[in-house]
Amino acid sequence: MLGAAAPAPAFLWFDARRRAVAGEILGHPPRGARVRYWRAGARTAFVLDEVAHTHPITAGFAVERGRLVAARVLTYRESRGWEVQRPQFLAQFLDRGLDAGRALDGPIDGITGATLSVGALTRMARLALYLAAELDAEAARDGR
Amino acid sequence: MRCALLLTFAATLGATAVHAATPSVEELQRQLEAQQRQLEAQQARLDALAAELDQETPSISAASSFGGYGELHYNALDSKDQIDFHRFVLYFARDFDAELRFFSEFELEHSLAGEGKKGEVELEQAYVEMDLDAATRLRAGLFLLPIGILNETHEPTTFYGVERNPVENGIIPSTWWEAGVALAGRFGSSGFAYDLALHSGLKLDGSFAIRSGRQKVSEAVADDLATTARLKYTGRPGLELAASATYQPDVTQGLVAGAGAGTLLSAHAAYASGPLTARALWAQWRLAGAAPAAAGKDRQDGYYAEGGWKLTPMLGAFVRYSVWDNGGLGATERAQTNLGINWWPHPNVVFKLDLQDQGKSVDDDGVNLGVGYRF
Repeated sequence: MLGAAAPAPAFLWFDARRRAVAGEILGHPPRGARVRYWRAGARTAFVLDEVAHTHPITAGFAVERGRLVAARVLTYRESRGWEVQRPQFLAQFLDRGLDAGRALDGPIDGITGATLSVGALTRMARLALYLAAELDAEAARDGR
Repeated sequence: MRCALLLTFAATLGATAVHAATPSVEELQRQLEAQQRQLEAQQARLDALAAELDQETPSISAASSFGGYGELHYNALDSKDQIDFHRFVLYFARDFDAELRFFSEFELEHSLAGEGKKGEVELEQAYVEMDLDAATRLRAGLFLLPIGILNETHEPTTFYGVERNPVENGIIPSTWWEAGVALAGRFGSSGFAYDLALHSGLKLDGSFAIRSGRQKVSEAVADDLATTARLKYTGRPGLELAASATYQPDVTQGLVAGAGAGTLLSAHAAYASGPLTARALWAQWRLAGAAPAAAGKDRQDGYYAEGGWKLTPMLGAFVRYSVWDNGGLGATERAQTNLGINWWPHPNVVFKLDLQDQGKSVDDDGVNLGVGYRF
């Protein structure tokens, strides 16, 4: 997602404001006090977990200049809904950004029988875009 | 002399004052280094604390998990005016390791169960699932049969309409679960997937009513097992095409003379594109033997088509037309149109309203209201 040599991971902390926004996006408070990310140039990658039906989906997202440039399901644990791992489905997330309401700015066609998995991936994509924007804002503020 | 001392003292004070106002470069360096050490120590403590918190925060990949769903229905129909907490369901799951897991679904139907009560406590799923490889899973236990659209995925937030459609209620007897072993896999990245299951079967009585023939794996007669196979295609985002077949050598488990094999065939298409959804399903039972034929129950079938449109991410409207016939003597075919809305104030909560117009052999018109949730 970030090129051949992965940079060292860093952490973005959930302060009160970020926790509130992440909670709005996920529909529940984010777990943990911080989220791990990898940054190379303008590209930021996150590995996130979100429960679909009963089990969490682990997915990786890379964001560059407010747009998703990569989306992959790293571990799928649910009994049904495996179709969300297919590249043809995940390609729909590419080049998506956030609109003013922090929803994806383009549609994601769902999968019958995998409604909950599609929803979980969409929430994770929105969270990755929001967190990347926070890091971009921090970098701009610090002159990086 | 005194004057010299005063001058010297004054000079010292002055020097001290100047020294206090503008510390030397070396002193500033020392202060910066000290502050840097303090910051590093604080960061280390913070990292250690966060790591501790990360460990204490229940990880969502923790081995055990639970969830559930429920739905309350109000039906104001020609046939009944009724309010019913139709389903209260809890899931419990456990990952034994990365490749072996357990899943269960426990349900209370119609609020109250027991001797003479209208509801039932049901174990609808309880199976162990093992990954044989990245594309193949083996399932053993009590599981939902891979037939139709709603039988496996029926949380109220995932479909339009208060009640499940009549074809997947009367023909495919959803929710239909049996006990046995099943294999599920996919053919590479082609978009094709299959399910194969060998499982317990129905035990119909002389009325040949499919739905009431489910034994629900409760000391179920197992003289005749059944097999189910499904082929599914999801190669295009938003599209699902599937067909399934279930076969049982004797659907009465040998208890009704003149009865024979039962075969259920079904096919469906579902498509979702942006705010639009479309679903169509067909299902047909063929019951062999003279007894079902004499009762007019040898063929039981139905189909429906449904279109939905999400006006906003929180509000959707739909229309559905269903035709089904569970057989019998005389005119037995029914047709039903449902028109309604779903409102999702949260992705996991839904309020539903639909109008029902049922005709042909039975008139049953009215309004259905419901609220559902999942977590």
